[in-house]
Amino acid sequence: MKILIVEDDEEAAKFLIKAFGEVGYNPAHAKDGETGLHLAVNEQFDVLILDRMLPKLDGLSLLKQARENGIQTPTLILSALGTVDDRVEGLRSGGDDYLTKPYAFSELLARVEVLSKRIGNDDSEAVLKVGTLQLNRLSREVEREGQKILLQPREFRLLAYLMQNAGTVVTRTMLLEKVWDYHFDPQTNVIDVHISRLRGKIDKDFEKPMLHTIRGAGYKLQIPEEAM
Amino acid sequence: MIRKITKLFRVTAIRLSLIYTLVFGIVAVGIVFYMTGATVNVLRDQYQTSIDNEVAGLSRIYRRGGLNFLARTLERRARAPGANLYILVNPQGEIIAGNVPKLQNGIIDKIGWTGAPFKYERYDDEVNEEHRAIARILEVPNGMKLLVGRDVREYEDFRKVVEHGFKLALAAMVALGLLTWFFVGRRALKRIDQVSKSSHRIMNGDKSERLPITGSHDEYDRLSQNLNHMLDKINDLDDGVKQMSDNIAHDLKTPITRLRNKAEQAFTLDKKPKEQQDAIAEIIEDCDGIVKTFDALLMISRVESGSTVASMEALNILDILSDVHELYEALAEEEGKSLTLETDTPQSFNLKGNRELLSQAIANLLDNALKYGGDKIIIASYLKDNNLFISVLDDGVGIPDADKLSVTERFVRLDKSRNMSGYGLGLSMVKAISKMHNGIFYLEDNSPGLNAILKIPCQD
Repeated sequence: MKILIVEDDEEAAKFLIKAFGEVGYNPAHAKDGETGLHLAVNEQFDVLILDRMLPKLDGLSLLKQARENGIQTPTLILSALGTVDDRVEGLRSGGDDYLTKPYAFSELLARVEVLSKRIGNDDSEAVLKVGTLQLNRLSREVEREGQKILLQPREFRLLAYLMQNAGTVVTRTMLLEKVWDYHFDPQTNVIDVHISRLRGKIDKDFEKPMLHTIRGAGYKLQIPEEAM
Repeated sequence: MIRKITKLFRVTAIRLSLIYTLVFGIVAVGIVFYMTGATVNVLRDQYQTSIDNEVAGLSRIYRRGGLNFLARTLERRARAPGANLYILVNPQGEIIAGNVPKLQNGIIDKIGWTGAPFKYERYDDEVNEEHRAIARILEVPNGMKLLVGRDVREYEDFRKVVEHGFKLALAAMVALGLLTWFFVGRRALKRIDQVSKSSHRIMNGDKSERLPITGSHDEYDRLSQNLNHMLDKINDLDDGVKQMSDNIAHDLKTPITRLRNKAEQAFTLDKKPKEQQDAIAEIIEDCDGIVKTFDALLMISRVESGSTVASMEALNILDILSDVHELYEALAEEEGKSLTLETDTPQSFNLKGNRELLSQAIANLLDNALKYGGDKIIIASYLKDNNLFISVLDDGVGIPDADKLSVTERFVRLDKSRNMSGYGLGLSMVKAISKMHNGIFYLEDNSPGLNAILKIPCQD
């Protein structure tokens, strides 16, 4: 998996290159916006990670120019600018995800994983399947091993998101963002309760659990081992 | 002196009044010339008409009675007092009848109107002053000539009076103009000097200094007032920023010190890897807490300083409330509490705001209610007098009246909550968000419990 990190801070860049290298990625690095744009346009990457405030060419302009050049690589914007409007501006410029500094590496990794899988993973796919678990977006029906499961609308969206990213860790903030469209951090762990409710519906009556809590990171939906 | 004058000319008021005086003066002089000229012409026309009438009368007399009768009539008329001149001269140029002993040379030679007034002498002249007149000269048969004229003294006197009057008026006008200009300009200069002295003192750090206001309600006063308001506002913002940075410095030092202590412990103490890992996990958690505190402080201070934090758009409050309610309901149920949504608002009304921030405000209130409130929590909303009220009610212990105002201040946490998690910024964030929506946030008793109310004005 090839990723491009455009970050002017040496320390931060070194940390990211090392950390991504350790989890099996192949990271490239650019110190300024112009070099970043040149690399993004002339080489193939699976994901771009852009800082916003960069020398020579800022991150958002870089992204706009890359998109104008037909580069559709999924892009995550990494920025210290974190107001609601900053985020909107970032996504409007062609960003696929926006993460505010400082961040936990696990959070960044989870988001990059999701982005890297986005290619070929059509959002509008009518039927999602993970092992014996099946979700139909049109008829809004969910079943596991042929048994019908009744879900509330929000649980349905939550499950759809988890299934879309099956096998990948999704964090609480990602769920809050993608399923509830909130970008703030509630102090209480409201997401955990929704996950445990969902778990009660899709895992409780079955032998092997599919929805796992990954300590310190988030949740992962995957096919039970025996089926693999 | 010269420098002072140059300085004077740099004052706009003085420059303007000078230009004004100049233009006014030129126009006034033009008017004087035109008026005197016109008056003189009218008078001259009158004189000429009367001379023409006289000539016509004399012609009739001549036709009726011949030369002798004309001469007799002339003698008679010449003796009558008045301004008319009559002269009859023989072909040799000697005066044979009339009331003028001597004329300016050459006047009688030309037939027709004399041009400019000419000099002559009178019989009845006692003071020997100079007389001037205009006249018409006619040829009479036998080579004699008749001059009929009129003294122009009356009209020259009149012209002099008019000219004099105009000159006086003009002089007075210019003098007054200069005087006004001098005083107005000096006054303007003085006021501007005061203002620039005051602003110098302000620039040099005297923040209490204000521009002088004379109480005359003129444009200088209005300008000074506006600038003073601006200075007040800047001072407020400045104080706010100072307060803010003091608070941040103070309130971040505590957790940073704690963080440092933990890191030091993890580093120096001889510990098992597991314990060390736990310590590091705690440190990371503390770091996140500090970042959250900092973000919240930043947002609050941005709102308080009046800079934009988020764009406003038309909202459906029911959607917002039911989304937040849905997010928290599961948690409340898990904790054995009830969270209900009671809305009494019409389906649509004009509310402009930011969904994200309003949701965050309600979420903060729900966080608090779940932490400190009782078992029965209600989100209520209703519309009253074109204001939207969003209320989070609980049946817990509530907050004593004395503390109701202070808990919305930054970092204020009541003693009994100090040992619970949180950063003491939740309610001040709600306050900032309501302020951003031009609304207010206040706390009331729900007896028992607390009623936290957000009041937001709607567009008409």
